[in-house]
Order: sequence, then structure tokens, then C-alpha cells
Amino acid sequence: MVPVGWYMALAAALFLIGALGMLLRRNALVMFMCIELMLNAVNLTLISAGRAMNDLNGQVAVFFILVVAAAEVVVGLAIIVAIFRRRATASVDELSELRG
Amino acid sequence: MGKRMVETVIFVVAAVAALAGAVTVVLARNPIYSAVGLLGTLFSVATLSVVQLAPLVAAVQVIVYAGAVMTLFLFVIMLIGVDKEETRVEPLPRQRMWVGILAGAVILFAAGAALSGEFVWVPAAATAIDQDATNGTIQAVAEPLFTDWVLAFEATALLLTIAAAGAVVLAQFKRKRA
Amino acid sequence: MTDFIWLVIALPLAGAVFLHFFGRYVKEPLSGWLASAAIGGAFVVSAVAAVPFIQGGAEPVTISLWEWMPAIGASFELLWDPLAALMALVVTGVGTLIHVFAIGYMHGDERFHRFFTNLNLFAASMLTLVLAGNYAMLFLGWELVGLCSYLLIGFWYTRTTAAAAAKKAFIVNRIGDFGFMIGLMLVFTVFGTLSFAGVFERAAEELTGGMATAIGLLLLVGAAGKSAQIPLYVWLPDAMEGPTPVSALIHAATMVTAGVYVIARSAPIYEFTPVASIVVASVGALTAIWAASIALAQRDIKKVLAYSTISQLGFMFLAVGARAYVAGVFHLMTHAFFKALLFLGAGSVIHSMSDEQDMHRMGGLMRKMPLTAATMAVGALALAGIPPLAGFWSKDEILAADFARGGWYYFLWIIGLVTALLTAFYIARLWVLVFYGEPRWQEDAHPHESPRVMTLPLVALAFLSVVGGLVNTPFRLGLEHFLEPSFEGVHIQEAPTDWLTLGILAALSILAAVVGVGAGVLAYKRPPERWRRFEESFEPLWGTWELAYGVDDLYGRTLVLPGRRLAEAAAFSVDAKVVDGAVNGVGRLVRGAGDWARPLQTGFVRNYGVLFLAGALVVVVWLVASG
Repeated sequence: MVPVGWYMALAAALFLIGALGMLLRRNALVMFMCIELMLNAVNLTLISAGRAMNDLNGQVAVFFILVVAAAEVVVGLAIIVAIFRRRATASVDELSELRG
Repeated sequence: MGKRMVETVIFVVAAVAALAGAVTVVLARNPIYSAVGLLGTLFSVATLSVVQLAPLVAAVQVIVYAGAVMTLFLFVIMLIGVDKEETRVEPLPRQRMWVGILAGAVILFAAGAALSGEFVWVPAAATAIDQDATNGTIQAVAEPLFTDWVLAFEATALLLTIAAAGAVVLAQFKRKRA
Repeated sequence: MTDFIWLVIALPLAGAVFLHFFGRYVKEPLSGWLASAAIGGAFVVSAVAAVPFIQGGAEPVTISLWEWMPAIGASFELLWDPLAALMALVVTGVGTLIHVFAIGYMHGDERFHRFFTNLNLFAASMLTLVLAGNYAMLFLGWELVGLCSYLLIGFWYTRTTAAAAAKKAFIVNRIGDFGFMIGLMLVFTVFGTLSFAGVFERAAEELTGGMATAIGLLLLVGAAGKSAQIPLYVWLPDAMEGPTPVSALIHAATMVTAGVYVIARSAPIYEFTPVASIVVASVGALTAIWAASIALAQRDIKKVLAYSTISQLGFMFLAVGARAYVAGVFHLMTHAFFKALLFLGAGSVIHSMSDEQDMHRMGGLMRKMPLTAATMAVGALALAGIPPLAGFWSKDEILAADFARGGWYYFLWIIGLVTALLTAFYIARLWVLVFYGEPRWQEDAHPHESPRVMTLPLVALAFLSVVGGLVNTPFRLGLEHFLEPSFEGVHIQEAPTDWLTLGILAALSILAAVVGVGAGVLAYKRPPERWRRFEESFEPLWGTWELAYGVDDLYGRTLVLPGRRLAEAAAFSVDAKVVDGAVNGVGRLVRGAGDWARPLQTGFVRNYGVLFLAGALVVVVWLVASG
């Protein structure tokens, strides 16, 4: 029986890696992938915690997160495509017009 | 050797795979490699879900996430032609410094929490795991989904429709070009 | 009819409101007639409602209209008693005649309607003052008449002198009002209410000598401002910048009498403070002789009458200060008649001389304006105190009452007698200079008799000046009986009753009047070189009188100039540097803070991401740490 703490620790580590990746990479698509990484870490956490509390609602929540993540990816990629068409770049550092 | 042993072995393997995939996502220069790494992580997480008696979630994860979402990602990467490599030079001043500080703070906090001895991962944990209650079969998950959470369910259906429509609007080609 | 007493205020008020909004659509003389009808209607109502008092035996009535400030006992309530009735009759009666006169005088003025709007508003305000049932409402009327006075003095506001005079009147009045308000506050502190009934009934129990003196003196300060006594009289001569009907109505017959009215009304309070009464009387006497001396040497016809008003008001104060309230109010009434007559007559002269006011450039107008000359002669003799005209009876009663009071009041009686002599002299001088002798006017003046709409009021007032005094002669004290219900519980100082003393006093007054008139006529019926030399022979006294003792100049140097310096310092140093500096400093501080914080907005998502995660970390730490 693997203690629930191990799962949680793994999820935390995945989350941290995703967060750092998001801060360190310039490519918009790679940043997006790091966000997906973080969402997966959360999914893992929910499943583990739900199991520890004998509650099935953890899995229900994961279900919803999956749906929302899918929708979010769709819209996000559409935005990136639109931006790329305008500026021929996928680097987020070029999008600094709100500076000031 | 027994069930316990199996679970532990699977956990270790899947964990390593997941971490490897995550690191690949962050460190690979070519975005295609990052996508593949993410794919690996997704499969690992699905495996871990199965081990924890959440088969439906794992199935949906593989079908939707690994299947549809990642495919979408790859399509877009190819479409806008950014499979080129990215330089390692950081243009923003001191960004790496701040990120390093942040990471250090997190690790310190985690260490402190672990060492304090009072830290509990799930405060509301039950004493024993009831296998039946947490068995995530289709019937078992469907029940709360369509009774307690039916409103949220319908709302997500609406959300998907809106997202699809929004994406079409955002990415459409403009016909009128002089 | 007493239930409809509020009509007395409502009619002129309605006239004012109507003319304010619709005056410009009404053709010229009609708006004037409307205004006159409004105030004439008020006169009729007052007259009918006063009948019970004339018949005798009627009780004063308090009519409550609505609650205003219950906490201080102030509501819109009217007190209808003989004193109020008398004041209302004088205000509306003389007021109506002046309204009619003004229709002719203001003919052709482009703001004709506005004039009558303001006149009606004034009438309504003055009636509020005299019909008030409590000090708060009285003060309301008090302030409103001050406002109307400002509006009417500055009616020709394009003239800088007129605008300045209006401001001066308002500001000097304000100084008096300050004392008045403190007096009212004291009244409230002692009695817990401001209503006349409440205050006067309990005056005996609640009032200590010291408090009564304080209230009495503070009310005097207010009265001195409104009624132009020393030292707050300086606004009245300047107020002559307003059209002559305004001078007649406000600054002779009605508004300036408000101070006398207040003191008479507050008689139950003065009952307990002989000190304040002596001060009132002394101020009155001093003002009377001071102003009379100035009037001797003035060249402007309206200025003579202005200083004469100040002087006669002094007489009224002398009366109420000696507790001869009936005599004071009596003189108020007769003075309204003959002073309004004199002012309107002067207006008639000025109007026909195309706005010439310098008496040295008049003369011999008797032939061109016989009716004006005759009526003004009546007015002049009344003012001088020649029997059996109205002025004699009232002035003589004041002097007799002062004599009877004794003590310090003997001295004041002597001052009064001398003033009567001076009064007779200056008014005779005025009449002779204007109407007698050879014409001295410029070529372009075409004097003519004024139209009937102007001369008829003159005749009416002349009639009143002749018979008006007969309401209260020693042979038949009609007015005194009439006013009895208003002064219940108050000791009224009366003239001596034995015929010998009375006769000697009367003879002295008549002597003073006759000598004064005679001297005036003799001095000025001679050719101009002769009377110029006569005037010069009194130098430097004459010059001092002509310059009104330089009081305005004195005030200017001691009060106005330091005030202006203070205002400049406050505006340019304190306000500009300190206040503006603080406000601008705050602005600069905010901008500086903004400049300092701006670098956070780099525009790079990844920088923002770091901040996000740092914040999230803080939240997590906090949640974990707090269990």
C-alpha cells in the first residue's frame, strides 16, 4: 500500500516543474504545455485525496477539470494561432505592449 | 510479493516516467520533444489513476487528453512552423534569478513542512480505505455526476460549445483582402 | 378677519413671485399697478383686522401657521396685537402710496418690473418682521429686509457707487446682526424658547439683571445696525444711491424703524435692565445731535434727508430708552408720514430736474412745481415740530417723557431740545434753497410739475402729516389706549400730566422749532453770496459737518484697510502657498509613487508569472501555517 503522501509529493513535484517551466520558456506553446502539466498534477492530487477520504467526488472533480482543460486548450491555441498570424512570432516576450 | 508490492513497483516506475516527461517538457529545445515528453507524463498519470482505482478517469484522460489535446498541440506546432529551436539565452534581465529564488523558497517551505512533523497531507483522511466506496467504475462515477453535479455537467457542455465557437471565430481566415 | 392675517404677508409675496416670473410679459405701468394693488390689499386686510383693537377690548391673537424648528420653539406663527397692527398699517399704508409714486418715478426704466418685484418682496419681508410671533421669525424678516435693501440700493448696479453702497449697507447690517444673534442665543439659553409668548410671560421669573442687561445691549447692537445709530449709521447716507422711492420706503418709513420696533417689542426684557435702557437712550440722543449737525452742511438734497432720518431715529431710540414706548412708536408713525413725504417730494424735484441733486443748483422751483413745493412745506414744518402738525405732538411727547424720567435723562432732554432746533434749521434751509429765490439751475434743466401719479401720493402724505398727530395728544391719548394690550405688565414712562409742566415743555419745544425755522429762512432767503459767507463764517466747523466728521474715512483706515491686508495675506500667502502647496504636494506625492512603482509593469507575461506564483506561495504558506 503506497501511502497517500507519496502520490501527493509526486504531484507537488510535477506542479513545481510545470510552474518553473512556464516561467523559463519563451515559446508560447511550450508554456501552454507546462500549464497542462500543472493541471495534471492537480488531477493526481485530487484522485489521491479522494481515495484517502473515501470520497468519490475527487474523481468527479477530475472529470470536470479534464473537460475544462480541453476547452481551454482549444481557445488558447486559437489565440496563439491568431497572434502568430499577426506577428509571425510565438515568443511571448514580443507581446509586451502593456509595458509601462 | 503481493498486491502491495505490485502497487509500489508500478508507482515507482510511473513516477519516474512522469518526472522524466516533465523535465523534458521544460528543458527540450525543440517543441516537438516537449510535446512528446508531455505525452509520456500523461500516460504515467493515467497509469497512476488506474492503480488508484479510477479507471474511468484514466480512460478519459488517455482518450481526450493524450489523444485529442496533444494531437491538437502537435497540429498547431506544425501549422505555425515553430518547430525550430529556441535559444537558451534569457532576454529578460534577472528573470532566472527570481525564478531561482522562488524555487528555493518553495523547496525550503516543503522541507520545513515535512520536517516539522505536524504536516499531514490529507487532514480529513479516513483511517482505512474502503475499496468499494472509492472504486471509480463508470456506474459509480456516473451516479454523483448525474445527480449531485448535474448542473455543472450541463454547464460544461455549454462551455465546450462556446469554446468551439470561440476558437472558430478567433482563427478564421479573413476573406476580404484587397 | 384675524384668521386671514397671513394674507397681509401673502399678498405682496404673491405679487413679488408673480412679477418675478411674468413681469417681463406685463406692460410697463401695469406691473406697477399690480404691485400697488398687492400691497394695497394688504393694507385693507390689516385695517379690517385692526378694527377690534380700535374698538377696544380685543385680545392679542397668535396664529400658528406651521412648525418650523420645534426644538427651539420657532414656528411660523404670527402675533396680531395692537403694536403689530399699527406697524402693519404704517408699512402697508405708506408703502402703497410709495408704490404708486414709483410708477411715475421709474417710468422708462428698462428694469421697471424688477423694481416692483423687489419692492413687493421688501413689503412682504417687512410685514413678516412686524407680524412675527417669535424671535426666529422676526430675525427671518430682519435678514430678508436686509437682502431687499441690498437689491434695491444697488438697483442701478451698473453704477459702481451704487454697487458699493449696497455692499456697505449689507455688511454694516451684518455687524449689527452678529450682536443680535448672540442676543437671541442668550434669550434661548435663559428661556429655552424663542416665542414671544413664552419669553415675555416668564420674564419675571427667569431673567436676572445681568442677563437682561446683556440681552438688552446685544439687541441694541442689532437695532443700531438696522436703524442706523452710532456707530453703525454709515451705510444710510450711502444708501441714497438707490432710487428715491426706495429711500422713502426703506430708509425712512419702514426698514430703519425695525430696530425701534424690536426694542419696543422686547419691552418686558428691558423692564429688568435700567442700565441697558439708559444706554439705548444715550445712543439715541447722541446720534440725534450728531446727525443733525451733519445735516446742516450737506449740499445734496437726499443726504440732508438721510442724516435727518438718522437723527429722528435717534429720537425714537431716546424714547424707547426712557421706556416711553408709546411715544417712540408714535414718532415712528408720524415720522413715516412726513419723512416719506419729504423724500417723495425730493424725488419729484430730482425727477423734474433730470437727476440733479445738488441744492446749490436749484432754487426758485416754487413757481415751476407749486404742488410739490406746498406739500414739501407741510412736510418740513411737520419735521420741524410746528404745531398742530404731526411731528410736534410726537416729538414733544418724547421730550416730555424724558424730562419726566429725570436723572441722567434731564441731560438727554437738553440734547433733544437742541437737536430739535437744529432740525428746524436744516429743514428750513433745505426748503428755501430748493424752492425760494432766484433760479440757479443749469441751462439744460427743464423743471416741471410732476404727473398726477406722483403728486397725489404727496398730497395724501401731506394730509396725514397734518392730522396724523391728533391720534395721541395730551387732550386725548388715543394711541396709548390703543397700544395698551401690547404692553401689559410693562411700566410705560408717560409725559407729565400736570398742565403747567406740560405747557412749559411744549412752549420750549415750540420755541426751538420756531427759532430754528426762522433762522433758517432768514439766513437763506438772501442771495447766494450772502449765505455762502454765512456758511463760511462757521468754518472750520462747517467743513467738518459737511464731511460728516470724517467717520467713513476713519472706518476706512482703521477697519477696512487692515481687513483688506488680512484678506490679501490669507489669499496670497496662506491659501496659495500652504493650502495649494499641500494639495499640489499630495498630487506630486502620488505621481512620485506611481513613477516608483511603474517598473513593475514590464509587459512581459513571464515576469507577471513570477509574481503570481510568489503570491500563491504566500497564500499556501499562510493556509498551512494556520492549520
